[in-house]
Amino acid sequence: MSAPAFNNKIIKWIDERIPLFTVLDHSTSSYPTPKNLNYWWNFGSLALFALVIMIMTGIVLAMNYTGHTSMAFDSVERIMRDVNYGWLLRYLHMNGASFFFICVYVHIFRGLYYGSYKAPREILWWLGLLIYLAMMATAFMGYVLPWGQMSFWGATVITNLFSAVPVVGNFIVTWLWGGFAVDNPTLNRFFSLHYLLPFVIFALVFLHLVALHTSKSGNPSGIEIKGPQDTIMFHPYYTIKDLYGVGVFLLVFMGFVFFAPNFFGEPDNYIPANPMVTPPHIVPEWYYLPFYAILRAIPDKLGGVIAMFGAILVLFALPWLDSSKVRSGRFRPVFKWFFWLFLADCFVLGWIGGKPAEGNYIPIGQAATFWYFFHLLVVLPLLGRLEKPLALPASISASVLKEKA
Amino acid sequence: MAHSTTAAPSGSSQGESRRDFLLIATSAVGAVGTALAVWPFVHSMNPAADTLALSTTEVDLSKVAEGMAITVTWQGKPVFVRHRTADEIKSAEEAPLSDLREPTPDKDRVQKPEWLILVGICTHLGCIPMGQKASDPRGDFGGWFCPCHGSHYDTSGRIRKGPAPLNLVVPKYTFLTDSQIRIG
Repeated sequence: MSAPAFNNKIIKWIDERIPLFTVLDHSTSSYPTPKNLNYWWNFGSLALFALVIMIMTGIVLAMNYTGHTSMAFDSVERIMRDVNYGWLLRYLHMNGASFFFICVYVHIFRGLYYGSYKAPREILWWLGLLIYLAMMATAFMGYVLPWGQMSFWGATVITNLFSAVPVVGNFIVTWLWGGFAVDNPTLNRFFSLHYLLPFVIFALVFLHLVALHTSKSGNPSGIEIKGPQDTIMFHPYYTIKDLYGVGVFLLVFMGFVFFAPNFFGEPDNYIPANPMVTPPHIVPEWYYLPFYAILRAIPDKLGGVIAMFGAILVLFALPWLDSSKVRSGRFRPVFKWFFWLFLADCFVLGWIGGKPAEGNYIPIGQAATFWYFFHLLVVLPLLGRLEKPLALPASISASVLKEKA
Repeated sequence: MAHSTTAAPSGSSQGESRRDFLLIATSAVGAVGTALAVWPFVHSMNPAADTLALSTTEVDLSKVAEGMAITVTWQGKPVFVRHRTADEIKSAEEAPLSDLREPTPDKDRVQKPEWLILVGICTHLGCIPMGQKASDPRGDFGGWFCPCHGSHYDTSGRIRKGPAPLNLVVPKYTFLTDSQIRIG
């Protein structure tokens, strides 16, 4: 890459020894970005903002948290009552997890609608999925730390998923627990890993951005950048737009933190963990519910576990399952409807995941699970061959000018 | 490798295979060494000596009347001790093996028919089934019912209906006297 000319002597001196400012310049000021990005493109930077909030609040919370079964619950209550602004930091962290997932889910479905996973962005998409998987592991272990009833029983149910592995399942579970049940060794290691994984996520985000800056950002039209007339500089145009997004995000986020801080939580988690009493209805956090519904839809333990993990792993093959050459859903009249149906299906799965496994909820959950896989494995490959896409605009610039006219 | 062959001093295939041997041998030793070095890290996560030490529990059965059940803790897990009634024993013994998901006759699951001792953890995903208290639901087969995902166990603790794949586990136990057992 060609180094920009720096006027400041100190900056020049540093940049000749380590090209920090050149990299910064290439990835912000002179990074060419499609000029037609809509607000759905805000959620990547919002997710990064949420990650920063989580790491910052997490570091100070860890200074007051005790990772021991006899003290964990009380140390969290102490944070809430005695630690200066402890209530604020914990509520930011608790709600931050939910908002991180909200941003990431919007970001993922943005990608699904606009075909952001298609060549040459397959690895960008994979890195995003890895971030998502690491987030789920981190959030799961974080939820165990307060050592309430849902912490304990959530940990028990999820770690027991691994006992479905043939032959070595029970050894894996004992190894994960460090004992014969979820207990102090489990809590200890979860705390250790919960602290580690966000930094792994941070590294993955870095790679995600390297891949993004290599293949360049996609855009609502789904056609590639053809020249400078299609782009504007990232800074100041998109930095200011992202900043505006952060403002709106904070408005909603702080609304929950201050006025409904336990909206996303479960009251049962304010009861200290009791290994002798299972709560009548174990529900995972809302962001796992669709997968929990898939797990329960299959009336076989190993089958359910395979379907649940398969539901995420199948997304890695998405760039090849979707056979259409056209990226953006905007120009795919039939795909568009299937996209909304798929989104609705995911909401149905989420709703079923929060209900007890009985009565009509079972067949509805099974139908929604079927559709989830049917959409990804059958509808998408066929649509690309059968559907007749609309005519694509000549360029990004042309598509924008046409909209204006 | 054509370039390095011509550049190599010997230039013979002899020299190349010796190099290959060294490369493969070094890689193999390195791989085995790394694998051995990983083991202490992995094994440190297995149950520690003090965890393993707390491995037996003694239970006094004299206070458990017929039809009653108690729950004791063993290795951090709940263990169900049920004093079965004659009806419960009869229904457990008469259940045809062909109806069972994991076919085990009742006599193989008890030492004395009136005492049924089970690890009280659902074999599906580890919840504690209900049925210990008189007011609890006991499922369609009069044994236990797991509220988490709806598994039904019979009066021998065998899975009859629902997602759980296996019967409730019978732990190792010995009768120390007629009214006392040691689990583990």
